Amino acid sequence: MIRKTVANVEDALQGVEDGMTFMLGGFGLSGIPENAISELVCLNVKNLTCISNNAGVDDFGLGLLLQKKQIDKMVSSYVGENDEFERQMLSDELDVELIPQGTLAARCQAAQQGFPAMYTPAGYGTEVSQFKETREFDGKMYVLEKAFKADFAFVKAWKGDKAGNLIFKGTARNFNPLMCGAAKITVVEVEELVEPGELDPNQIHIPGIFVQRIFEGKNYEKRIEKRTVRKK
Amino acid sequence: MLDKEGIAKRIAKEVKDGYYVNLGIGIPTLVANFVRDDIEVEFQSENGILGMGPFPFEGEEDADLINAGKQTITALPGASFFDSAMSFGMIRGQHVDLTILGAMEVAENGDIANWKIPGKMVKGMGGAMDLVASAENIIVAMMHTNKAGDSKLLKKCSLPLTGVACVTKIVTNLAVIEVTKNGFKLLERAPGVSVEEIEKATEGKLLVEGDIPEMQL
Repeated sequence: MIRKTVANVEDALQGVEDGMTFMLGGFGLSGIPENAISELVCLNVKNLTCISNNAGVDDFGLGLLLQKKQIDKMVSSYVGENDEFERQMLSDELDVELIPQGTLAARCQAAQQGFPAMYTPAGYGTEVSQFKETREFDGKMYVLEKAFKADFAFVKAWKGDKAGNLIFKGTARNFNPLMCGAAKITVVEVEELVEPGELDPNQIHIPGIFVQRIFEGKNYEKRIEKRTVRKK
Repeated sequence: MLDKEGIAKRIAKEVKDGYYVNLGIGIPTLVANFVRDDIEVEFQSENGILGMGPFPFEGEEDADLINAGKQTITALPGASFFDSAMSFGMIRGQHVDLTILGAMEVAENGDIANWKIPGKMVKGMGGAMDLVASAENIIVAMMHTNKAGDSKLLKKCSLPLTGVACVTKIVTNLAVIEVTKNGFKLLERAPGVSVEEIEKATEGKLLVEGDIPEMQL
């Protein structure tokens, strides 16, 4: 067993600096690394590039970093629901690269798995494929998209063990597993950290080899963005 | 003329037994309410669930269980969860049988524009570009004209494209239309709507062959 535990979020974010590129898991506010985001706000690192499917809402998630103008560039597929984001984008304070969601996932996975690039049909014939290499396979056109390069990946899992093995829950899984091992250092926060052997190896979603640092997070808010219910 | 629910109701008839279906945000989401309950269908949401169920009962919402519109949902028996790469793998790999999404414009060759209006705040394409680039069976649910009364079924899209030559069918408040090599082919009229009204509201080439039946809802 190779131990991946660090004592707390402060230790987990050692080495984070201005100008770095981060990957952050989550879809909307579901499965976002809440503890790592709070610590990034505390550290007040600036000029960041953030690769994340969404950009949070005004007062939660990545919106907290946007409020403090810590982010220079966002790489996302969808960035609605955030007024401060909109203001910074329209005033050119924030550079935004919008890419198809499946391409975002594939570029994370390529980085994780050692592919320099891959072809996808998504975006062919649109402005997304401008200035990119395209190629025909069996009569259909594809766009060459490159693997991401990032300094840190901040991941949220449901349960993990001290060897860094991870299990995700529900649709909070989303981009999280794909970012593990896709950056130089992968930092994972879990709701429940257990001893090695407690998780069934058959049920592990991500093996610890993809994880450098793991800790049990605190005070999860797990905010719901759109509460939709039906009556009993 | 149909309202949004009517459009969803008509599209629901396109959902066949054994289909895996991806529903976009807006009118497409309503389709799930009208699918026959004697057939087996699974709804996919691209954020990572197959077998999506209705909204949860009050008090049973789970922040770890949402759809692509970020709404709280439930998982039906037989559901599965997966990561975003696998989700788009099943889309790109054409394992999803039917994709239903909204649009701002559709061109007579099947081009679709639904993600960006230049000069306005752009929220992003989300999964739409992946869906339209890969799916074989794409139905667009939209109003026939925009708020200004201009046709949304065009010779050529004026807005930035989401995908090229990909839409197979369009269901609007006025008509059901198939996208063919030769243009928009009128299949059905909405209740009380004449062929002339549809022709007037369609800027692209509209093919009208023989008697056009009224939709059965």
